[in-house]
Amino acid sequence: MTENLKIKQLIDDNQVLLFMKGNPKFPQCGFSSLACQVLDACGTKYETFDVLQDSDVREGIKIFSNWPTIPQLYIKGEFVGGSDIIKEMYESGELVKLISPA
Amino acid sequence: MLLPSQIEEVIIANLDCDFIEVKGDDGTHFEAIIVSPLFKNQSMIKQHQIVYEALGDMMKQEIHALSIKTITPEQWQKFTKSTNL
Repeated sequence: MTENLKIKQLIDDNQVLLFMKGNPKFPQCGFSSLACQVLDACGTKYETFDVLQDSDVREGIKIFSNWPTIPQLYIKGEFVGGSDIIKEMYESGELVKLISPA
Repeated sequence: MLLPSQIEEVIIANLDCDFIEVKGDDGTHFEAIIVSPLFKNQSMIKQHQIVYEALGDMMKQEIHALSIKTITPEQWQKFTKSTNL
């Protein structure tokens, strides 16, 4: 329960939040790296949470989102998806719209 | 070593698909293309969740990385027509 509260707080406190392995400078997994590249390409400011530093959040976020893999992107409190979805939404232009609505 | 065909079998057993192809020969990283009528009118998140559900514990234990492309039968028809397959 406390993990859920912590996750909820993280999501509420950050407009664009990526749960990832490692950090944008040193991503520890190709999928997390891809997610960072896409967000960088969107030109948006984003926060990241390194799940490798916190095993409770690492497991907790999978249950919270009903999503078994990392990375996971949250925008304005909403779960957006994992790296495949992030990439597809970037290619279709949806992701930029979601981040900075005109 | 986990083979793409084993992943295909599990998905086919648990999910109604019109087409499936899983690739990946290193035993840990896989790519799946799945066409299913169950994806119709579902968000991309939900479509991927349907696939993860079909994989069950396999996703938690054996599969290190799986990239998923979900396609509805309607999208698939358009796609195959446009590429003349």
